[in-house]
Amino acid sequence: MALKTEAVGKSWPSFDYEVGKEKIAEYCRVLGIKDPVHFDRKAANKADFRDVVAPPMFCVVYSAGSLGPAIFDPEVEMNFAAMVHGGQEFEWGVPVCSGDVITTTPKCTEIYEKDGKGFYVFETESVNQEGDSVVRGVWTNIVRGV
Amino acid sequence: MADPRPGEKIASFKVTPDKYLPHRYAGASGDFNPIHIDPEFAKMVGLPGSILHGLYVMGLVAKTAVDSVAPGDPGSLRKLSVQFRGMSFPEQEIEVSGNVTEIDGEQVSIDMVAVQGENQVIRNATAQVKLAGD
Repeated sequence: MALKTEAVGKSWPSFDYEVGKEKIAEYCRVLGIKDPVHFDRKAANKADFRDVVAPPMFCVVYSAGSLGPAIFDPEVEMNFAAMVHGGQEFEWGVPVCSGDVITTTPKCTEIYEKDGKGFYVFETESVNQEGDSVVRGVWTNIVRGV
Repeated sequence: MADPRPGEKIASFKVTPDKYLPHRYAGASGDFNPIHIDPEFAKMVGLPGSILHGLYVMGLVAKTAVDSVAPGDPGSLRKLSVQFRGMSFPEQEIEVSGNVTEIDGEQVSIDMVAVQGENQVIRNATAQVKLAGD
């Protein structure tokens, strides 16, 4: 069965997320990240961050929500029951601190078939309230048996 | 790692996530997919039990890259790309390791992998980390 590729190039509405100090702390506790710059305002200021700073992979917390409408879009027609997260790439810009409002815009960049599997590739661009890029993500979902 | 060189191994990191780790990661990340937090649901869809979130394991890879090259500098990680392969499970040890492949100015490239027993959970991971101390 040929995959539908109409959604390639499509973007979805931007998604805003306001970063909070306790959310950064919660994420860090789960990952076993202990550096005080993630918990303590004074330690963060001393290291030249304007507030407690998020670790890089906190980007999933503020950006993943943008992808809901994209992956559930009927035009994308992705079969969730057979979907696995195949690959992930992030490229970071300026650090994200507590109090930042991060705006993420998702886009479908590729849909293709390889070895009987469907590859659905989405990109997210996240910027802070100053318009500075904080992270760019490439999310590859693989659907078996297309 | 004050002066990393190509071919050098970075300090590896080992952790055994406890039974409830996927619940806490679900809360922290907002990803409540039941395959991670409901063993009965996981079995119903053909998995041996609840599996860890791939992005949690990628978080461990990121932490290991930062801690090994520029500890205390979360802005040092510039880029990380991974492929998710086998599933991983709570209550079994995960080990993250890596080899320095290239130094370009103050940028260090590291090939990384996360394994659980015989199983490569994350492979073909490459991290680019900026050296501390500028």
